[in-house]
Amino acid sequence: MPPKIPKSVKGPGSTVGAKPSKIIKGRQKPREEDDMTVDEYGEDYVHGRTLVRPDDQLDLTETELKEEFTRILTANNPHAPQNIVRFNFKERSYKQTSHVEQIAIHFALDGNMLHKDSDEARRQRAKAGMGEARSEIALSEAGEEEAGDGEEGEKEEAAEAPPPKKESLRNQFNFSERASQTFNNPYRERGTATEPPPRANFSSTANQWEIYDAYYEDLQKQEKAKDKTKQVPAFKKDDDKTKKKLVALETTSDDISRVTKASKIVERMVNQNTFDDIAQDFSYFEDASDEFRDQEGTLLPLWKFSYDKAKRLAVTSLCWNPKHVDLFSTGHGSYDFTKQGRGMLLFYSLKNPSYPEFIYSTDSGVMCIDIHPTYPYLICVGFYDGSVGVFNVKDKRAGPVYKSTAKSGKHTDPVWQVKWQKDDLDNNLNFFSVSSDGRVVSWTLVKDELIYADVISLTVDDVPAEGPDGTQLQLLGCGTSFDFHKKIDYLFLVGTEEGKIHKCSKAYSSQFLDTIDAHHMSVDAVRWNPFHPDIFISCSADWTVKIWDHNYRHQAMFTFDLNSAVGDVAWAPYSSTIFAAVTADGKIHVFDLNINKYEALCEQSVVQKKKTKLTHVEFNPAHMIVVVGDERGYVTSLKLSPNLRKVPKKKKGEESQGIDHEVEIAKLDKILSLVREPDNKDKK
Amino acid sequence: MATETKKEEAHDFRRLHSYPLIRHTDMPEEMRVEAMELCVTACEKFSTNNENAAKMIKENMDKKFGASWHTIVGEGFGFEITHETKNILYMFFGGNMAICVWKCS
Repeated sequence: MPPKIPKSVKGPGSTVGAKPSKIIKGRQKPREEDDMTVDEYGEDYVHGRTLVRPDDQLDLTETELKEEFTRILTANNPHAPQNIVRFNFKERSYKQTSHVEQIAIHFALDGNMLHKDSDEARRQRAKAGMGEARSEIALSEAGEEEAGDGEEGEKEEAAEAPPPKKESLRNQFNFSERASQTFNNPYRERGTATEPPPRANFSSTANQWEIYDAYYEDLQKQEKAKDKTKQVPAFKKDDDKTKKKLVALETTSDDISRVTKASKIVERMVNQNTFDDIAQDFSYFEDASDEFRDQEGTLLPLWKFSYDKAKRLAVTSLCWNPKHVDLFSTGHGSYDFTKQGRGMLLFYSLKNPSYPEFIYSTDSGVMCIDIHPTYPYLICVGFYDGSVGVFNVKDKRAGPVYKSTAKSGKHTDPVWQVKWQKDDLDNNLNFFSVSSDGRVVSWTLVKDELIYADVISLTVDDVPAEGPDGTQLQLLGCGTSFDFHKKIDYLFLVGTEEGKIHKCSKAYSSQFLDTIDAHHMSVDAVRWNPFHPDIFISCSADWTVKIWDHNYRHQAMFTFDLNSAVGDVAWAPYSSTIFAAVTADGKIHVFDLNINKYEALCEQSVVQKKKTKLTHVEFNPAHMIVVVGDERGYVTSLKLSPNLRKVPKKKKGEESQGIDHEVEIAKLDKILSLVREPDNKDKK
Repeated sequence: MATETKKEEAHDFRRLHSYPLIRHTDMPEEMRVEAMELCVTACEKFSTNNENAAKMIKENMDKKFGASWHTIVGEGFGFEITHETKNILYMFFGGNMAICVWKCS
């Protein structure tokens, strides 16, 4: 950094002028005091000191002091060589050079001070610009300067007056400009050609008769269509509409629906690979250990069905599709009175266990479903809010095709069971429902609405209760389940929450044919035997399953205690003596009366978490599997081991196909004859 | 008597045949409906001037579905055309009018 001119010049400059003699004095004894710092030395240099004699100085006499020694100082350098020769090219000989450098430099120091009036000082000032000027002003204000300095300051200001030229300060000695060239990317050519839009040719002729003919034809077509629509019944109209809609959709949609079929096939293929071992088990695995256990059987868990949105929604009903034996529907809702909410109706296929085939979401919990035996795409549903509805899988709409409302006679309590009936005399579809409001209602699908008719009210036999103001209230029983006789069209059974089972007829709406005090708690399910016309089974929350002959109403043929509330019971479709029951402790019990009349052949827990209640069970009509639903929304399919599906061996020569009803009835009769007591038979 | 019935028929024919009747199209539903409505509007607006009707249809189709539409409006004509697929509509209207709209660039 260059020295600051004003200070450096002024300070010592002024003292030099003031005390020249002191400097001379000081010079005589400069290096005698070794301990001085540079600064002190400098000060000492300026001010000087009194003479101090060194200790080893010679003491000389006066005469000796006065003696003169003559010394001649020459400017010749004693060390400089005197005999330098150089080759002279002119004379082609060595010659002694006459001129010898006599200057010897013993010490050189470049000062860092400048005279303030010198050119260099001016240049630096110009470069430093205003900063210097300011410090100059600050100094002048301090008032330490002499008059001359003040004048100089003015001069400097005058010198600074021209605006300072701004120059970038470069290192002049080590400055180089640099430039570099970046790598150029190689060029590449690329081109595409689009396919021209597809074109087609069209030609026609338009004239008056063509136009007339076209209109004429169209009118005739329209009239025909009108006639047709008049003829077809109401709900087929709906189908036509949906067909039209479908056609319209097919022509317009460019989205994923066009690949629906292909994607479904691929999905099933993937699932087939994923669940290959289960599929193999389903077809071929037979529990070999059954041969060594006479009276026991096992259930092999196969696929497990669940759907994210239906998790924690209890399986409230199960129903196999009568036409497609791999397809079944599940109803989801809740049995908990305090936790009611939405419901779901799902359709699963054994071919695709990972995702439902059809999904319907409902506002109220689904409590029961039934698939129509001849139109397997129609499903009637009973809801927790008391309404009933009919879903059509063919119809693409998201909700029910028919639904009962408060105006059209819906139940006031949850609907516990629905069942399709044979078409009525006008060929209208109809189904029955039972609810805890004590009514059994018949619903008929007419055009686009549900017509209802009360079939029976479940009156309680006891004396009517007295109302607070003396009016007599007729108490109604709470229906929880029912089943229709397979052969006798009018006969059906209704189970109630009071534990009674009523034998009813469709013909009488006020009276029961019979009432059985069957259970101590609510009857969860009642089902006729698929073979024997007199036998039915019932299960209840009082932990029991009972088998009845409807001619012997005072006494159950068999009673089984399962040590937990029984959620559902189902007869096997292939044998008259086999049935399965599911209990609230997560177990499934399979009985074969033909083998063991006292205990279950199989008692197996099928839930993953303990305390999960099983709610429903259903046998597949064709395959040897059952599906069970639990209250967490899972449905498990289980394969019955050989011991659980024993049927009587057929005699040689008999047809080997199909189930022999006579044999099945005889088999059951034989067992029942042991327990029937003729005295107890009802008097007819 | 015969003339009367004929007259009646003619009247009936007029009344019955006034609706637009699509003879041939491969347009998607949305486009078809729009094009059809446009043709009907144009023919009703310029019921005496087919040229103006055709012009109106062409210009509107250009605006709505991109350039290079062609239109024929008339009572009798024959044609053989090349069109871009999904872009043709051939319809009758009013019992005596034929309209052909197609796109080809």
